[in-house]
Amino acid sequence: MGYPHQSHPRETPILSKYFGDAGARTLDGWRARGGYEALQQALATDPQELQTIVKDSGLRGRGGAGFPTGLKWSFMKPDGKIHYMLCNADESEPGTFKDREIMRWTPHGLVEGVALAAYSIYAETAYIYIRGEFTEPYARVTRAVEEAYAAGVLGANAMGSGKRIDVHVHRGAGAYICGEETALMNSLEGRRGNPRIKPPFPAVAGLFGRPTTINNVETLATVPYIIKNGAEWYKQFGRPDNPKSIGTKLFSVCGNITRPGNYEVALGFPFKDFLYDLCGGPLPGREIKAVIPGGSSVPILTREESEAAIMDYEGFAAAGTLLGSGGVIVFDDKQDMVRQIARLVRFYAHESCAQCTQCREGTAWSLRIMERIRDGDGTTEDFDTLLSIADNMTGKTICVLSDSCATPIVSGLKKFRGEFEAKIVANRSMVAVPGAFRASAA
Amino acid sequence: MSHGPSASGGAIVAAPPNGAHHHEPHVAIFTGDTRVELDTIIARYPSKQAALLPALWLVQDARGWVSEQSMEEVANALELTPAYVKGVTTFYTMYHQHPVGRHFIQVCTTTPCNICGAEDVVKSLLEHSGCGDLGLTSADGRFTIIEVECLGACGFPTPIMINNEFVESVTPESVPRILAERK
Repeated sequence: MGYPHQSHPRETPILSKYFGDAGARTLDGWRARGGYEALQQALATDPQELQTIVKDSGLRGRGGAGFPTGLKWSFMKPDGKIHYMLCNADESEPGTFKDREIMRWTPHGLVEGVALAAYSIYAETAYIYIRGEFTEPYARVTRAVEEAYAAGVLGANAMGSGKRIDVHVHRGAGAYICGEETALMNSLEGRRGNPRIKPPFPAVAGLFGRPTTINNVETLATVPYIIKNGAEWYKQFGRPDNPKSIGTKLFSVCGNITRPGNYEVALGFPFKDFLYDLCGGPLPGREIKAVIPGGSSVPILTREESEAAIMDYEGFAAAGTLLGSGGVIVFDDKQDMVRQIARLVRFYAHESCAQCTQCREGTAWSLRIMERIRDGDGTTEDFDTLLSIADNMTGKTICVLSDSCATPIVSGLKKFRGEFEAKIVANRSMVAVPGAFRASAA
Repeated sequence: MSHGPSASGGAIVAAPPNGAHHHEPHVAIFTGDTRVELDTIIARYPSKQAALLPALWLVQDARGWVSEQSMEEVANALELTPAYVKGVTTFYTMYHQHPVGRHFIQVCTTTPCNICGAEDVVKSLLEHSGCGDLGLTSADGRFTIIEVECLGACGFPTPIMINNEFVESVTPESVPRILAERK
């Protein structure tokens, strides 16, 4: 297994503090590191007050959308209905592998956050939905839940509070789309993982038709620290001129970079320093060509754009992209962007649930056209066709998988058009000298 | 996912030479301890149907794949129709609907791994396993290899999954050793 690096002095390790520390994995080990104090404290507090603390902290969802966590929780009222707490551990956005590390190293941190959240939204039952491929995280979290039950942390009388909190771990079976919150609910209910039309939103009718709150692993693992140290403490992390992006964030870094891995920095960190100082920059003798900063579904940045970006929700938006899930994919000058964008499109074509026509047809046709351009069989008209398909795939479907497929095509055609055109020119030269291009490409 | 073969290269998925599995009489899975386990799982949810994915995992863990007869047994246990169970089973990529090699290898070739040389790892695996092509099983029944979309271990290219085990930072050169360790 890959092991975490030593924290860089410019990181702010809160969630990642115990990455690599096997002692933190057990209940006793977690308690020795201050674990479950926040849950104990929370169970003696009114849920409404906990919702307010989380709202005041400025915490936003770390799964990709950035929705304010406290606001989401505040939709859940003490209405006497059955509520469910759901943890989205279906991490599968290409470039993202942070939740996996949280679950591998600090499973009790997640269980504590899930239990705390369940209590805060007036739920007695919580489910942690872990993607099927994450066998080790599944084993670690399952073990942590068993330990927590055995110690009375979970169950009918959670930590002696008189409150019932049940946490169950549910394993997926291979489907990127199940990371979409309503697809995840369908999957957990034993259905095909097709996203649902909203409204109704989960807070009204979610899992099993009941009011449901669903949060990402990283978001939930953060909550105990906020409850324990207070909203004001959490607000110190972030740039002073941007109160909209508060806290620390885990960024997964992969691709053509010297030191890949997970890094935790306070939001507002300069992306250039992050890429070159923390992650060591490109491999020897190479240059960074492009960066996807927030998982494969967000617009691609050129090197110049990425070096000017600020790492928070607003900073990445100002750079024309999104913070997303925090999955940073670095491409160096050796990479053929047309080829790699075609590969990304293949991912979405494979993962489309095929429910909406625009997505089912759009991903499949975009793939065919991208691959023929890649192989030197495209024409410049294909660029217009791709953009037209992309337009029909954006904002017109039940979920955003379709939009996500269009994103790299649109940003790629805009920012790396020269590479696309070069493929067409290569095609023309092949006509002039029959067989020449294919021979050289083989 | 639901509209294409899980072997994303489009390779035809064939039964291994010992494909006789297909015709063996079905032996019930949900008996004894496994039945108790299933009941424990069912109790976690307000509907029996929610135990469907876990039930299919129990089947695959016990038998290595999910046959039509197994789907029928799952349907009976959860008060669903066999057609419904098949509809759900086929949506997900991880349930095998045919026998596979003893070591089922999934190689991540999605963009982050692709730019770090994942396709060379695939070539090396195919060359050294005797599988011939993606989705096919080696003549000795040891290996089946498929490409998989993003294993979520992008910082450790190339990750491969062998049955339930992750092996990270695999290179074309380390493939022969990894395969040799698995009989």
